[in-house]
Amino acid sequence: MDRSGTAFRSPGARKRRSRATARGRQTDPQAAIEIAALLGDAPPRRELLIEYLHLIQDRYRHISHRHLKALADALTIPMAEAFEVATFYHHFDVVREGEPPPPPITVRVCESLSCAMAGADDLWQALTDTLGSDVRVVKAPCMGRCAEAPAVKAGLNDIDHASVDRVRAAVETGDLEAKVPDCQDLDAYLAEGGYAMLREVLAGKHTPDDLIATMESASLRGLGGAGFPAGRKWRFVRMEAGPRLMAVNADEGEVGTFKDRHYLETEPHRIIEGTLIAAWVVEATDVYFYLRDEYPGIRVALTRELARLADAGLDGAARIHLRRGAGAYICGEESAMIESIEGKRGLPRHRPPFVAKVGIFDRPTLVHNVETLYWVPGILSNGPDWFAGHGRHGRSGLRSFSVSGRVRNPGVKLAPAGITVRELIDEYCNGMADGHRFKGWLPGGASGGVLPASLGDVPLDFDTIQPHGGFIGSAAIVVLSDEDNMSDVAVSLLKFFEDESCGQCTPCRVGCEKAVALMEGGVWNAPLLEDLCQVMADASICGLGQAAPNPILTVLKYFPEDVA
Amino acid sequence: MSDTITFSLDGTTVTAHPGESIWQVARRTGTHIPHLCHTEMQDYAADGNCRLCMVEIEGERTLAASCIRQPTPDMVVHSASRRAEASRRTVLELLVADQPEEPRAHTTTSELWHWAREMDLGDSRFPRRASQPGPDLSHPAMAVNLDACIHCNRCQRACRDIQVNDVIAMAGRGPHSKIVFDFDDPMGESTCVACGECVQSCPTGALMEKSLVDDAGIGRSVPSRQVDSVCPYCGVGCQITYQVENDRIVAVKGKEGPANHGRLCVKGRFGFDYISDPQRLTRPLIRLDDAPRGADEWVDPANPFSHFREADWDEALEVAISGLAAIRDRHGGSALAGFGSAKGSNEEAYLFQKLVRTGFGSNNVDHCTRLCHASSVAALLQTIGSGAVTAPFTEALKADCIVVIGANPTENHPVAATFFKNAAKRGTSLVVMDPRGQTLRQHATHMVQFRPGADVAVLNAIMHVIVEEGLYDTSYIETMTEGFEDLRDHLAAYSPESMEPVTGVDAETLRDVARAYACAERAMIFWGMGISQHVHGTDNARCLISLALMTGHTGREGTGLHPLRGQNNVQGASDAGLIPMSYPDYAPVADEDVRQRFSTIWETELSADPGLTVVEIMDAVHDGTMKGMYIMGENPAMSDPDVHHARAALAKLDHLVVQDLFLTETAMYAHVVLPASAWPEKDGTVTNTNRQVQRGRKAVSLPGEARQDWAIIQAIARGLGLDWRYGDVGEVYEEMRRTMPSIAGISWRRVSAEDAVIYPCESEADPGQEIVFADAFPTPSGRGSMVPASIVPPDEPPDESFPMILTTGRQLEHWHTGAMTRRATVLDSLEPEAVAMMAPGDMANLHLAPGDDVRIQTRRGVIEARVRVDSGLQPGMVFVPFCYVEAAANLLTNPALDPVGKIPEFKFCAARVERARHGVR
Repeated sequence: MDRSGTAFRSPGARKRRSRATARGRQTDPQAAIEIAALLGDAPPRRELLIEYLHLIQDRYRHISHRHLKALADALTIPMAEAFEVATFYHHFDVVREGEPPPPPITVRVCESLSCAMAGADDLWQALTDTLGSDVRVVKAPCMGRCAEAPAVKAGLNDIDHASVDRVRAAVETGDLEAKVPDCQDLDAYLAEGGYAMLREVLAGKHTPDDLIATMESASLRGLGGAGFPAGRKWRFVRMEAGPRLMAVNADEGEVGTFKDRHYLETEPHRIIEGTLIAAWVVEATDVYFYLRDEYPGIRVALTRELARLADAGLDGAARIHLRRGAGAYICGEESAMIESIEGKRGLPRHRPPFVAKVGIFDRPTLVHNVETLYWVPGILSNGPDWFAGHGRHGRSGLRSFSVSGRVRNPGVKLAPAGITVRELIDEYCNGMADGHRFKGWLPGGASGGVLPASLGDVPLDFDTIQPHGGFIGSAAIVVLSDEDNMSDVAVSLLKFFEDESCGQCTPCRVGCEKAVALMEGGVWNAPLLEDLCQVMADASICGLGQAAPNPILTVLKYFPEDVA
Repeated sequence: MSDTITFSLDGTTVTAHPGESIWQVARRTGTHIPHLCHTEMQDYAADGNCRLCMVEIEGERTLAASCIRQPTPDMVVHSASRRAEASRRTVLELLVADQPEEPRAHTTTSELWHWAREMDLGDSRFPRRASQPGPDLSHPAMAVNLDACIHCNRCQRACRDIQVNDVIAMAGRGPHSKIVFDFDDPMGESTCVACGECVQSCPTGALMEKSLVDDAGIGRSVPSRQVDSVCPYCGVGCQITYQVENDRIVAVKGKEGPANHGRLCVKGRFGFDYISDPQRLTRPLIRLDDAPRGADEWVDPANPFSHFREADWDEALEVAISGLAAIRDRHGGSALAGFGSAKGSNEEAYLFQKLVRTGFGSNNVDHCTRLCHASSVAALLQTIGSGAVTAPFTEALKADCIVVIGANPTENHPVAATFFKNAAKRGTSLVVMDPRGQTLRQHATHMVQFRPGADVAVLNAIMHVIVEEGLYDTSYIETMTEGFEDLRDHLAAYSPESMEPVTGVDAETLRDVARAYACAERAMIFWGMGISQHVHGTDNARCLISLALMTGHTGREGTGLHPLRGQNNVQGASDAGLIPMSYPDYAPVADEDVRQRFSTIWETELSADPGLTVVEIMDAVHDGTMKGMYIMGENPAMSDPDVHHARAALAKLDHLVVQDLFLTETAMYAHVVLPASAWPEKDGTVTNTNRQVQRGRKAVSLPGEARQDWAIIQAIARGLGLDWRYGDVGEVYEEMRRTMPSIAGISWRRVSAEDAVIYPCESEADPGQEIVFADAFPTPSGRGSMVPASIVPPDEPPDESFPMILTTGRQLEHWHTGAMTRRATVLDSLEPEAVAMMAPGDMANLHLAPGDDVRIQTRRGVIEARVRVDSGLQPGMVFVPFCYVEAAANLLTNPALDPVGKIPEFKFCAARVERARHGVR
């Protein structure tokens, strides 16, 4: 029976046609196959989203929307979640269908202060003009090669003291791979007695309390910049209910900082031993080693050495997961780093609660900077005085200064805490660069403010710089001279903060943007900038926004003639 | 409470409750600290990103965001210190700097401008940003103007945390961060389901109802009146606040009711302009004497004058009443029947059934409950003595395990689904069991996609595991139930392994599900029409009840049995007696004492004959015993199974009176059509799936000569000789309440004051019982009984001629038969034409591309629709929504009935699908 002759009609307006698919983007079956192949056989895990994005970026040199959709499907996460993470990190090129993917080669020119002082802007212009359409030339934030300014990355190949010719040669010869540092390997470290302390610890020859007491006597403070006493941190984390976790912050990105890179490139096992001892003390089951993506050569070396460590059976204290950043300064902030480790955008968390209580996957987490851990084996084997016995001008301990800018011999300078910047320049850097007269200096990268030469005799340590409107932070000393305009310096630093702000809170996101707009005119509206600085320092969620005004305020205070 | 602490706020010692923020304590104690990213909307977590609520805490280096900071004992907080106020002012100045200024503003009444005025801000000293993002007007209902966005991410929390539709993200970083939909797609092309929560939460006008801005995105005038009411669509019962301007509803906000916490879906948010559709009936119509009345006779609802003429009310009522009276007087009351509607109010349902029982003299009164949960109700009444849910769906938030079976709540109960998704996000196990893969699967810990019709096999197998592994609750079984031993023996033959060929589900999966449900501390079952609309619908529901009883998962917090009711008032209409076999409160018609009681109250002799159900009434018309009908707000010409049968019946009636808003497909057969009132035009109560009696209010005037439904029923009653003298809806309610012990404590005044009261409610002081049957069931023994169910195959299995399985249901945007929603501009533009969903593999086999037209045929009829690819469907299934008159799914469905619930098997019949030859449309 066929009654197909229905005459009934829609009461609707019939203005549009119906969708032919479910709402929104649909999965491209081919992309799903490609993603499945990239992800391999193990069940995909949500927290590895950033690692998976790297897989796609590395394989296809960009992340197309079709791949991103297929990845979201594979992880059973909404598109929104995949997209917000992929677009947060600057090392992912998310490309919409119909848009051209980026050229096969990317040349990154560091534009941060030391490189800018070494002519990065002109270099960027020249490279843009001369390299062909197969090459994308982009400005990038501090690459941690400030002593070799201007720094350029051609592909993954770091080119120090870069020139147009040297970059072009690398591009033309296809010399684009990362240089793997010639670091001390496992055998060499073992040969000099490495891992002896760890073995003792694992053999039960020390109690956690003893180790913590030694650390507290050595007065080792967090060398990432915040300066929190390391031993006390261990004690606090141990007080929280387990299971506990640990993270190693190898995401130094503070302008002018490259000391962690130095230790990672030279003695990675000392850091790993320190890590495993600390993990043992706080009974962390897993350690997340968060390495900035700007250090691809170190990643190769660490991957290799961690495998050797496992082969040697020395990794029993905790599982170490090497995690890769993706181009975001803010992920050096410990809670942002934790978010990133969880596979999310690097948005700093509100405190309290502190990460020692609520950290990775909401578990109590011990977070340490690379250099802090570097000192751990030595202090524990040699006793607290081995470290605390150093010092100058009434301060104690050792500091690794990253010195760059207008000095003759820049680099990582291991010096006693309390040394003055003049002493550092004269004793460790062979004086000012030719033709430059000492005018000012950054005690702690972009965040630490800009101080005048007249404060060149202040001892350098935690707490000594604050009275002058700055702080030592990661001890990234950028030396400035009479050739440098302090307005330009401050604008450069604020642009860095503007680019690197996560965007979460108003004072930092809008504040940095408005500050740059107000400063770029050359003549600064001091009262308005001071109001702005006040709200940024008072009301930003994290240290980035709170410290961002330091260059403005110190330049207004010490170099008013440069901004009038 | 011992966990409270005290601290100092602006020099006063104040007390903070656990979990309270400084902001909340300040607000409670009379200080309203400015705020933007923080909202007092229910369930929104503080985010602390805008930094407008900064306060100074002594001893701290920086200021603190009061919205996200919890006070500690003896903390000293200054909310109005110079430093805090300076900070707040500069923050606002930074935000205002980039806002579109009047006269280009999208709104001037936003929270942002409120605080700017409150703080007497004036112009910002900061330079405006160089470029502004452009508008996105791609969505039919919402305007996106990110030039007003302040990155507070309330819309993201709305979309991701509250509604869990997961469309909105903050993409990019720092100054380049922006609100996006999916992959920065235009909103109208994204996966957005248009719940509008983002619009409701936006504090700046960056996201707005299109109805409130002009084409350039500039704000129009502000709604002048707000009227609180409740949504007229599904059984969830979301409370709403109409925004009224010049006697028109221009927008709708979610109101914080017990069932919705301020949330709405696309229908409740954007589905109201049907009331002013040009096809709205505003004068009574009388059929022309020479108008044809065949089953396939279509009348243009926009121009009914081919078949009808307009008449005044006196004449129309006279024709309507005299026709009914004549049949009653000639053939007796049993030749008359009435269909009321679950879309009407409780008062209308009460009056309608009273009219049929006292005026027609029969119990032939029913409504679409017969077509949705009749089998569930039958099973519940048989086993636990009550047909309503044992706990509200919001109890899902307290459950450790939620089972959703035979329901597609993200489409059909969207706001209830948000609570399931909220629970799943917090770690509750979510078990989704359905032959169709569906959106909720994304959030499920277990997805059981079983073969259509295999419900009993699946559920018996799960219970088999519970018995086999000893996961049942012995003490509950002993104290609260009966029939376990028989069931246990019966289940022995149903191991998941032996059922695999029937269920199509891996045995281990069913074992996992059994353990997840049985071992949970608190577990809750939700079901929909995938359970009820089968010839074994009652058996399906019996299995679910047994499952809950053997595990003791009912009668406690976070546990229960919850059939998700479909219509906004299907619970209330049934409660009010709009079903043939019982009077209000399920008092059985067949019971002599009961009948005497109602005879006395209604001062009329009452028929002892239990009356006919929906499908039986249509059969009686064909048999010639049913001669006349009065249909109020019901559309059997679309909703009945094998609807051609129903249409032929309607065409055969000697006298048909239809009371509705439009010339519905049913009204096309009428002799008299009476223009009625839409929900926003009337007062009354409705009862949602949770048993919450809620108050609806009149927001706008009736159009033309349309009248209140209760007044029309009364006019007909008086015409039939009944001396009704109700003065208003409240009087009707109070009479109804006197007949219904369940709502004894819910007076008209009380429900008008509280807006929602849950029943059972014994007295005015009784808050009402959310969770029922903790100690006993309302059965003669006080125990709940477990009734074994055996496998009954679907009535019409696929075969060579009709190799596919047709299943029907609803879509998010359309309500029931589409009479309202297809006339709602936004809903119509989102789902404008008839569609059928198929699995990609089946489409490939038939060489069909998405969007092609297909012809779907069953033994009863044929339709054509546009095919939509749905990867959630199993191979061999085709899903057709039943709202599209031009391709009415019910032309195809099988009228075979469940023997107990008398519900048709809408969910299963054999069908054939082929590419359309373009002969039908």
